[in-house]
Amino acid sequence: MFKGEFIKNLPKIYGTYTGGFIVFIILMAIAEQAGVSAKNIGVMFVAFTVLIYALIGYLSRTIQVDAYYVAGRQVPTVFNGMATAADWMSGASFVALAGGVYFGGYTYMAFLVGWTGGYVLVATLMAPYLRKFGCYTVPDFIGTRYGGNLVRACAVFVLFIASFTYVTAQINATGTIASRALGIPFEAGVWVGLISILICSMLGGMRAVTWTQVAQYIVLIIAYLIPVFWISSNVGGGIFPHLMLGDEVARLGELEQQFGLVKNSAADMKAAGVPGGLKYISGTHSGVPEGGMAVWKYLSLAICMMVGTASLPHILMRYFTTPSVRAARKSVAWSLFFIFLLYSSAPMLATLSKLALMDPNLPTGIIGKSISEVQSIEWVQRWSEVKQVFIADFNGDGVLQLNEWFMRGDVVVLATPEVAGLPFVISGLVFAGGMAAAMSTADGLVLAISNALSHDIYYKIIDPKADTAKRLLVARVLLVIIGAAGAYIASFRLTSILGSVAWAFDFAMSGLFFPLVLGVWWKRATRAGAIAGIVSGIASGTLYLLWVFPKFSVPIFGGVNTPFLGIDHLRFGLIGAPICLVVMVVVSLMTKEPSPAVQKMVDDTRIPTGKAILGKQH
Amino acid sequence: MSNKDAYWNKTKNHMIVTLVLWAFFSLVIFMFGSELNTMSFLGYPLAYYMTAQGSLLAFVIILFWTANKQEKIDEEHGFSEREDD
Repeated sequence: MFKGEFIKNLPKIYGTYTGGFIVFIILMAIAEQAGVSAKNIGVMFVAFTVLIYALIGYLSRTIQVDAYYVAGRQVPTVFNGMATAADWMSGASFVALAGGVYFGGYTYMAFLVGWTGGYVLVATLMAPYLRKFGCYTVPDFIGTRYGGNLVRACAVFVLFIASFTYVTAQINATGTIASRALGIPFEAGVWVGLISILICSMLGGMRAVTWTQVAQYIVLIIAYLIPVFWISSNVGGGIFPHLMLGDEVARLGELEQQFGLVKNSAADMKAAGVPGGLKYISGTHSGVPEGGMAVWKYLSLAICMMVGTASLPHILMRYFTTPSVRAARKSVAWSLFFIFLLYSSAPMLATLSKLALMDPNLPTGIIGKSISEVQSIEWVQRWSEVKQVFIADFNGDGVLQLNEWFMRGDVVVLATPEVAGLPFVISGLVFAGGMAAAMSTADGLVLAISNALSHDIYYKIIDPKADTAKRLLVARVLLVIIGAAGAYIASFRLTSILGSVAWAFDFAMSGLFFPLVLGVWWKRATRAGAIAGIVSGIASGTLYLLWVFPKFSVPIFGGVNTPFLGIDHLRFGLIGAPICLVVMVVVSLMTKEPSPAVQKMVDDTRIPTGKAILGKQH
Repeated sequence: MSNKDAYWNKTKNHMIVTLVLWAFFSLVIFMFGSELNTMSFLGYPLAYYMTAQGSLLAFVIILFWTANKQEKIDEEHGFSEREDD
């Protein structure tokens, strides 16, 4: 309809959109001054932004296969970077990352390195070649390169496990934010979130998701950065915290000495009735833990997250949408730049938030004050009511110690604006940002799963003669089913037993990393090798997870097992991926080398120019 | 050696250089976390700075550099895509 025009006009369109959003924030600030209640401001923020996304989703509707699967391969580099950044940064990144740094300090920041360093692997080993290949989905590459339905189905299976682990957590986050902002029950929030997600993706597939993700990135980055800069100048950290918090970090070290880092015993915490999920500070902020094992724990976590990043289908498929191979490479760089803006701010927010609570010289400080005084603070009361913060006077001296203050990680992002005395309009903005982050990732994941099922299982395996209308109908029906299944599971709050987001990385790394890399970089890799590699990788990884994670190992193996070499449930990809590699290489060498046609296909994949391996429509 | 093979050799070498840089900023420096933390940068302990910001920034720079370098390799061997491809 407005294709060529539309792409050329993108900077203008999103420029206007950003301007409009800033005007909306100002209007909300005025409304707050005029006496509109905090609750209504929260509602308006979430409702307004979600309506905009839905509108974009509707305008991007399509009946073209390549527009539905790969946005017509015309997404410009920088915009694809923004869309990938939104796709990548989940509700968890947005609300929980700063909290993770707050409690975990240096050790936790292995996640930051892992979730960014992985993009170097994406850019050098995968993205440009998959783009040249011309596939619609990640299993599409595996199925064509190695040839055959079985290997394709294996890849879909791994994609499904990894992405589904991730998507329930995202729908859960969407529900949490929707319920808090709109003041509705959690279960209703989950379904509101699901409907918003589906409206954005159902009519236009990848094309609609791309353009809503760009819009969501703009909202989430504004919502994350404004509070960080504002809080920083409010608590005396300087206007540009990234370069100016050296003294504050040092001060935290002093305060840790002064208050002492005490570990509570599990029995004490149980006796005091600390609600589940709440944590306290027991480690240093900037100090590096001593010993070889601590170094290994840091490195092993970073490795799992990096290799996992490079294997996650919902990220890799974003690079199928660029106009060229060259654009795919540049686009990875832009993606990381946009991710960097948020990730480098999270530790700064954690530092500021920690200092605001710990420093007795600041008016916001609570540690070291009398407990009755702290309990009378308004925000402490409000967050205590919903069991997000908790005070336990272990030593009975009536003074709040560092180990007596419990808090949920999310509170760092959600409450710090309030603590530092920012107006409520900022909290409303943070809600809108969290919603954008959770929705954009959920969109990408639901689409990755349903595209693999509709393209690779339905069209390629079950009914290769299906016409375009039927294919797109199946794709949309599957999208709704996957979304509803995710929401259904999320509404039971089963996520605590479904486990951590980190598992998605370990699953993807166990089953997909080496089949993808060797598919491009090793011509000798064969179909039998790939099948054996995927199956053994995912099976060994999963078995190890069952063995090492107490919630599974107690009923299955009848006891708690000590992790092998410190490889715990967050790092089980370190078992799966090496086994996948070894099995794949050995079996490939034992079987006949791929046919000359396949070898030529690999040669063509390696060169940016010339025809794609798979046609524009396939 | 054909032009394609020469191109692929260069691309491979470039990949290895990129991954060495990547490994340095993601793994090697954090093997010496406690030693690095005795030094300071912008007032931050160095290892803390690197994990909070420095390595992340290094990855962004590596990615832009590596994409530009690869484009040059493409051009040298005549595998450069036209703008409207």
